[in-house]
Amino acid sequence: MTPTTTRGWDEFMEGIWRQNPVFVMVLGMCPTLAVTVSAENALSMGISTALVLIASCGLVSMMRDITPKEVRIAVYIVIIATFVTVVDYAIQAISLALYDALGAFIQLIVVNCIILGRAEAHAAKNPPLPAMINAAGMGAGFTIGLLALGVVREILGAGTLFGVSLFGAGFQPWVIMVLPPGGFFVLGSWLLLFAAVERRKQRKLAEQGEVGQNV
Amino acid sequence: MTASIEIRSAPHVSGPRTVEKIMRHVVWSLLPICAFYVFQYGLSALASIVVVTAACLLTERFFVRTGTQAGSLSDFSAVITGLLLALTLPPGFPLWMGAVAGITAIALGKALFGGIGFNVFNPALVGRAFVQAAFPTAIATYTPSLLAGRFGEFIPSSLAWPFMLPADTAAWLQSKHLDALAGATPLAKWKFDGVLAGAGELLTSLSGHMAVGPSPLLILACGAYLAARRYLDWRIPAAILGSAGVTAWILFGLDPLRYPNPFFMLFSGGLVLGAVYMATDMATSPVTPKGMWVYGALIGLLTVVIRYYSGLPEGVMYAILIANAASPLIEKITQPTPFGKSAMTGMGKRRKGATYPLNPGYISREDAGAVTPKKRFLRNKPKKS
Repeated sequence: MTPTTTRGWDEFMEGIWRQNPVFVMVLGMCPTLAVTVSAENALSMGISTALVLIASCGLVSMMRDITPKEVRIAVYIVIIATFVTVVDYAIQAISLALYDALGAFIQLIVVNCIILGRAEAHAAKNPPLPAMINAAGMGAGFTIGLLALGVVREILGAGTLFGVSLFGAGFQPWVIMVLPPGGFFVLGSWLLLFAAVERRKQRKLAEQGEVGQNV
Repeated sequence: MTASIEIRSAPHVSGPRTVEKIMRHVVWSLLPICAFYVFQYGLSALASIVVVTAACLLTERFFVRTGTQAGSLSDFSAVITGLLLALTLPPGFPLWMGAVAGITAIALGKALFGGIGFNVFNPALVGRAFVQAAFPTAIATYTPSLLAGRFGEFIPSSLAWPFMLPADTAAWLQSKHLDALAGATPLAKWKFDGVLAGAGELLTSLSGHMAVGPSPLLILACGAYLAARRYLDWRIPAAILGSAGVTAWILFGLDPLRYPNPFFMLFSGGLVLGAVYMATDMATSPVTPKGMWVYGALIGLLTVVIRYYSGLPEGVMYAILIANAASPLIEKITQPTPFGKSAMTGMGKRRKGATYPLNPGYISREDAGAVTPKKRFLRNKPKKS
């Protein structure tokens, strides 16, 4: 791979693993906890957020030189709101049932701190292509995070996955998983798992470092 | 000869009581209650106790081995959690749900906080609260006690496959020519049907097919043994039962038609078990003597309020969990004045002596027979390099 593609790949992977918005930065918790009752809702919420993220980061990046510093947040919000409105109407046109299931959380993408944070921290300082690649990584990471919650909550809470029954008719649903506390429990468990994996990786790296020094 | 000063680190005084010893005594005192419970409900109750306790122990072992949690498996605390949790669940509770409750109790209620002594909430009640929220139907399905063939067969709902719905208990009861009402707890009967259980049934748990827990008299007797040996503080159960009794008595006096008599309030449901065994958990209750009274009174009051004014028939669990959360605060506002301090605090102020005498017996968790440990010398001193 050429150096440029490697850097692009790094930019993309940053959002998926090293700075995953759900598991590492713990941002955007409102939709994360509220709409992950089923895997389908989680996936569509993740994709809509990712689309808004990519488009608005691209536009913010293009306008970064003409945006006055004093009003930049207002500019970002207007840009984001524009794309949220587009996504809002698009979902309404594609599937009204999904639109009803996601409810106010589509409009609330405007105030999702991942998007504003990316616009402020990355897109405003980088050219459009890297900004959009980074945004795509973040969006993918957010989608993966939502999906991880949605899959667990749907399997335990309803015995289905994407609406397909896994256990047959006699399944005992875990009512708590569909309720808000279930969202917190599942999110906590995933965070625990991520932290454990990360710690193990760190320890291995440290051990390797020591071995290298001794040699 | 030069005078030698002995330098040593704490503890300077050590009592003969250890965590393991306390926990072992609590387990022993729980065994008669468990035996009575098995006598009432037969094979299913036995299986439930074994499975829930095993789930607790395995989870504890996992967290101790991975180093997430302090303490060791041999301190018996997970056994207590398992036994108590099993006693609060219905006897016909599906075994796999019991295992879920046990795992949650230790993982969420104990390991997450760092193990024994660090937990904020009583682990057994955390486990129960989780399964109550997860499986509301199964946890409200009780079966009558003292059925004829109870030692030969399981209650069918016990043997549900993991993740699968339990068998219909009402149909099973009908096949035994018992109506579904026979399987209701006294509290549910009172709340939803307005039927009050008699005193004899409540106290001994021996007459009739009521779905009652182990006899309150037996629990009180076992609790009295623990209190006499100073393994639990008598103030907490006394405060809980007293405050619940007084609250129920006042309401009964106001409107005898709407509210049941205080006797029914005290001896139905899990109030006695909760008061003697769960609220007295040392890690989650206040240590100050005055605080124990406040804590107990809070639990008693909340229990009566939840039972009377909420949609739930039983309120002991949530009352204890709420009071657990409040206990650091209660401790803070009920600190005793140390002996000799603030005896005279100037003009205009009330003269305050020590709140408690200088007799260590006032803190009942302190043990008689404390000794100064023998000094041990370090055997393998670090070599100077």
